[in-house]
Amino acid sequence: MSYDEWLRQDRLPHIYCAGCGNGTIINCTLEAIDGMGWKKDETIFVSGIGCSSRAPGYIVTDSLHTTHGRALPFATGVKMARPGFHVVVFTGDGDLAAIGGNHFIHACRRNIDITVVCMNNQIYGMTGGQGSPTTPMGALSTTTPFGSAEPAFDLCELAIAAGANYVARWTSYHVKELTKAVKVGMETPGLSFIEAMVQCPTNYGRRNKFRQVLDQVEYFRSHSMMRLKYLQHEERGEPVPDATIVVGEFVNRKRPVMGLPK
Amino acid sequence: MLEITEGSHAVAKAVKMSRPQVIAAYPITPQTHIVETLADMVADCELDAEYITVESEFSALSACLGASAAGSRTYSATTSQGLALMFEVCFNVSGMRLPVVMTIANRALGAPLSIWNDQQDSISLRDCGWLQFYAEDNQEATDLHYIAYKVAENPEVLLPAFVCFDGFILSHTYEPVDMLTQEDVDRFLPPYKPVQKLDADDPISMGMYATPDYYLEFRYEHDQAMKRAKNAISKAGKEFGEMFGRDYSALVEGYRVEDAETAIIAIGSLCGTVKDAIDEMRTAGKKVGLLKIRCFRPFPADEIRDALSHVKRVAVLDKNISVGAKGAVAIEVRDALYGKTMPVLGYVLGLGGRDVRISDIKNIVSLAESGKGDQFYGLRTEVL
Repeated sequence: MSYDEWLRQDRLPHIYCAGCGNGTIINCTLEAIDGMGWKKDETIFVSGIGCSSRAPGYIVTDSLHTTHGRALPFATGVKMARPGFHVVVFTGDGDLAAIGGNHFIHACRRNIDITVVCMNNQIYGMTGGQGSPTTPMGALSTTTPFGSAEPAFDLCELAIAAGANYVARWTSYHVKELTKAVKVGMETPGLSFIEAMVQCPTNYGRRNKFRQVLDQVEYFRSHSMMRLKYLQHEERGEPVPDATIVVGEFVNRKRPVMGLPK
Repeated sequence: MLEITEGSHAVAKAVKMSRPQVIAAYPITPQTHIVETLADMVADCELDAEYITVESEFSALSACLGASAAGSRTYSATTSQGLALMFEVCFNVSGMRLPVVMTIANRALGAPLSIWNDQQDSISLRDCGWLQFYAEDNQEATDLHYIAYKVAENPEVLLPAFVCFDGFILSHTYEPVDMLTQEDVDRFLPPYKPVQKLDADDPISMGMYATPDYYLEFRYEHDQAMKRAKNAISKAGKEFGEMFGRDYSALVEGYRVEDAETAIIAIGSLCGTVKDAIDEMRTAGKKVGLLKIRCFRPFPADEIRDALSHVKRVAVLDKNISVGAKGAVAIEVRDALYGKTMPVLGYVLGLGGRDVRISDIKNIVSLAESGKGDQFYGLRTEVL
């Protein structure tokens, strides 16, 4: 494993809080890239705004750190101009599902050949913990002090409905599975969407009774259910607890793809 | 009552006492403390308002537009890229003549990304038809919200308003602020009575097409309203002064400028530093004064001309740059002083949070005295 080679050592230490899950996701992604054998000068990272979007700044390749929510349109431009390049987008729930929600569904609809890794911490972490579109009902944030009253997005179902070729969800607990999913996503032509649930001890965990970093990682472990098992429950009409995190590969299909090299 | 409070919290309290009925906001540094405090107030039933956690700044101002059109007093707050994203809606709100009040915690615009203070964000929206107030300190930032609502909702005006205060420098600074009581605010700012609103019993359409036969007149009326706002601001500011002792009737405010040879023009928190520099320069025998622009829209051209007709030179400090021209304030001040013979020299400084100190103000006065201006000040030439 040589993901260290992909990191800009001179930019470390990073800005992430102690216990943040984003580093895990970056490492998994870089390991997947390493496994792909991609070259540094043929790989481009694109991001928007937020904690997740700081990631490309720590990686040695070319990168675009763009405006809030717009990583996907910027990445679309890069991919269309240089179809031979590998384009990876780091994004977060606020960036992708709130302010950039429109771009998300259209990138999936076009099925452009990029890999999107979403670090879903269920909160606006960088600005201090405001409720986001993936903040669960009832969860506390600085703008929902008595609990969020709005239902949360299921980003994977959204990506499937909008047309992405590859969709998977794992968590910061599932390091090996996540790394594999990112790699399979990179191997799959079209838009690959990999959602990675991450702990945010500073702004989500401490407001929602995860007193230790590992409490939230343990929650991810104990509340995860494989997609196939979930579907079996659904088929049999058996109830599944609301807090279940459905993980695994959601879809791997071959819709027509935009942005492949000619 | 004097309270030691963070600027953002003081603003949130002023907003609460202004009794907005709908608040829609999207988090962005350094605005967040304002809207988080308001979210708490709504959740704790201290403020009877709808608080909408929207998915973008575009949606925030759009929701405010809708709520204002439906007859509510509305509020939002943003800064920088958030304001830039609102650009389209800003024109719609002002064009529909809806008195939305929005706090801008001034911050630089990317790229490169910066979360630190300058005034490029709101100054860049100078043409969008909103009133623009700038606060020197948190007392002024607080008071200007009451005045902003009063002027914005004045039937002679009916324009939305930005209340701008410098991000971090003011928004995150604890200062003593004399907070009004709810009774005080209610006396000054009665409930909002819309001149017209969306009403199923008496339907109207807002924002429809204006063909070339009408569009020019809409813009003319908009501009006339902005001109009428000057009187409305003076009147509201005077009334505020009579009631609470702090007079905001002037759109510009002089500091030791009456007998000054060099006049500095500045906006926002920079004025405090300039005043300290002036005191030191006065002690050293230099006749320097400040003209603070509190209200940038409507632009107080006549007031600037009246206040500065006697000075030998004017140094304008801009925390913004109209790239390819100059700082926006310098351009407008020079226009206001058209026909006068004194040089009007512009200095672009403090962009992206670069600190401006008393020594910098003194250096700028020396530059102005030697006729050097229309330049960036404080460049680190070693990195160029």
